[in-house]
Amino acid sequence: MGMWLFLITEILLFSGMFVAYTVYRVWHPEVFDMSAELLDWRLGGLNTLVLLASSLTVALSIHYIQNDNRKGLLINLIITLVCAGIFMTVKYFEYTGKFAHGVFPGANFAPHGVANGHDYAAFNVPYAAQFFSIYFVMTGIHGVHVLVGMGVFTWIIIRARKGHFSSEYYTPVELTGLYWHLVDIIWIFLFPLLYLI
Amino acid sequence: MSCASAAPCEDAIARCARGRGTNNKNLMIMSNTATSAVGAATGAHPHASLNYINHDKSLKSWLLTLDHKRIGIMYMVTVSLAFLAGGILALFVRAELIAPGRTLMDAHTYNQLFSLHGIIMVFAFIIPSIPAVMGNFVLPLHLGAKDVAFPRLNLASYYIYVLGIAIVLMGMFFGSVDTGWTFYTPYSETVGTSVLFVTLGVFVAGFSSILTGLNFIVTVHKMRAPGLTWNRLPLFVWSIYATSIVQVLATPVIGITMVLLFLERLLHIGIFDPSLGGDPVLFQHFFWFYSHPAVYIMILPAFGVISELMATFSRRPVMGYQFVALSSVAIAFLGFLVWGHHMFVSGQSAVSSIVFSLITYLIGIPTGVKVINWVGTMYKGSVWLRTPMLYALAFLFLFSIGGFTGIMLGVLAIDVHLHDTYFVVAHFHYVMMGGTVIAALGGLHYWWPKITGRMYKETPARIAVALIFIGFNVTFFTQFILGSQGMPRRYYDYLPEFASLHALSTYGSWILAAGLFLAAGNLLVSLFRGAKAPANPWGAATLEWTDTTPMPDPHNFKRMPIVTRGPYDFHLVDDLFSGDGGDGAPATTLQGAGPTS
Repeated sequence: MGMWLFLITEILLFSGMFVAYTVYRVWHPEVFDMSAELLDWRLGGLNTLVLLASSLTVALSIHYIQNDNRKGLLINLIITLVCAGIFMTVKYFEYTGKFAHGVFPGANFAPHGVANGHDYAAFNVPYAAQFFSIYFVMTGIHGVHVLVGMGVFTWIIIRARKGHFSSEYYTPVELTGLYWHLVDIIWIFLFPLLYLI
Repeated sequence: MSCASAAPCEDAIARCARGRGTNNKNLMIMSNTATSAVGAATGAHPHASLNYINHDKSLKSWLLTLDHKRIGIMYMVTVSLAFLAGGILALFVRAELIAPGRTLMDAHTYNQLFSLHGIIMVFAFIIPSIPAVMGNFVLPLHLGAKDVAFPRLNLASYYIYVLGIAIVLMGMFFGSVDTGWTFYTPYSETVGTSVLFVTLGVFVAGFSSILTGLNFIVTVHKMRAPGLTWNRLPLFVWSIYATSIVQVLATPVIGITMVLLFLERLLHIGIFDPSLGGDPVLFQHFFWFYSHPAVYIMILPAFGVISELMATFSRRPVMGYQFVALSSVAIAFLGFLVWGHHMFVSGQSAVSSIVFSLITYLIGIPTGVKVINWVGTMYKGSVWLRTPMLYALAFLFLFSIGGFTGIMLGVLAIDVHLHDTYFVVAHFHYVMMGGTVIAALGGLHYWWPKITGRMYKETPARIAVALIFIGFNVTFFTQFILGSQGMPRRYYDYLPEFASLHALSTYGSWILAAGLFLAAGNLLVSLFRGAKAPANPWGAATLEWTDTTPMPDPHNFKRMPIVTRGPYDFHLVDDLFSGDGGDGAPATTLQGAGPTS
């Protein structure tokens, strides 16, 4: 129950940013449409698949430990951790790609150069900076959550290797799984809002 | 002072029955309690002196304790220090305002002092005051539980709170903050260096608030003693429960607001900064979406304390128990829908102003229900004017004034005139200080014997109540007048026609401070010289008073309480869950000679 309440606070934490997104989108829809082109939906889509896969493996790991299958638990937890790692790696390339062309959040926003058929300088219009500020803040804070999740998974894996869990006691696995599903769900909202529409 | 023999006690009861004009039923209960007191006194237990305070005296056992009672006491010490610091700042602010022009300090220092006063009082003192101090101490006892649901989390939230306050203080020492406690953009983005520290500190302290709220919600759901149904919960528990919901739902929003403000300053992300195309009014929306519910985080626990005091010292069940309980939840819910009334002049649309204004009136209904029920509780009760009850009565007066002026400020046309004047300052001081601080003091005097095992002296405590009540009104009622005449808040200087009222307000602040120091001194002296407190000095009916004083360690009750009655069934108070010798003898003891003393 404590975990569920914590997840509610997490949703509210992100809700503030979703509100900011909505407000600016309503005010400047055309800028947001245009700026979203700079985000590569293929990379975003890849990350979505990776995260969805990791959600599956977390669910599987809980299923296995319920049946006292410790090996299945361990394998699935490790796959989850690897998926999270892939997600962050892709994010890293996305971020550095943006930074290379001067797409920084806020006042340092100064797009330049040409890449992937986009003339970055053309995106230097009013309020495009806001879009990228919101993009960086939302995905950044989401990324922090992924990193925290990776830390917790590492701890869970170490405990799983020591054989701490069984069908009698697997609360930490279950709670971490809940947290991880939430991180996934938030991404599932972030992806279409930022990349697709 | 417990009764050494039966005779004086019987005398006291006879006197008290006469003095109050109580009916036979009451008299019977009292005799019951008197005989039992004798029983308790004679059957002294060899280990009775071992309790949660003295079972392990090392510093480490305090700093790393998982005991909710000790954590509550650590909060009490920290929060009191914050109150002292904020209070001293307030005295300086008032002293500067005693005369027009420069009196003590320059304008910049003045701006910093009132900002720090606000930030410390709101984030370091009032928000954790009743929930973290009394909530921690009393809530598990009210539930008949061994501890809160997550004791480690509880300790963690204390240290997170301390860390947050430390970061805020670092900001104070290494820079300056003169934004007021509201950090309105764009000013807060352009000025001072330590807004960064302070927003970070507020963010961290917010986590402590979230974790405490989360802990309490789970505790109330999962840790109730057998037989303690929702309708038998003391009203203090209900109000803490409602508070916790607000804490859990609202605090993350201030968290993200502070993060965005932090990033705004660090990276200039341009969400709130108009020079980059951002919208400062959006900041106000975010800020008040938390900070208005936060007002109910501050006041709801006070309602709970007052309900306890009213019932105990009127010796009647709280009138309309369910109404009072659910009005707390209603206030918590409505509190989320009124943030816009802080922004009537910030350029929001007329329609939303009207809607926010209407919902603001609605909040008056559950609040009015509470006040009427408290007054109704005293009606035909035998009111016993001990110090905690005096605080409760002071609360009724001051909070009612604060509440009514709140409704006045919710009226659109009036608010445009009074916005950002001393009227607003006086209003929220009547609610926050006249409401919450008075209730906290009342609660402190009520639970003090339970917490420390010592009785304080009654006469100085009463003088302190009088000084606080008079000083408070002199300080802040004058500000209502100043505000209605147009004195703007936060100003360093003012026109000569306001001079006499400003001076009066400053004199009031000295009376108020004298009262507070007297109350604090009296309590502190009682730690060393106070008489040993009996188990139930007030004849209260909630579970914590059925326990020995102070509570045993490690667990709160020597026997698991099985609850068979409501929290205010004073005629059924005969159970004891932690008694001496375990003979089940009730240890209720009358303190003093009753209501006429």
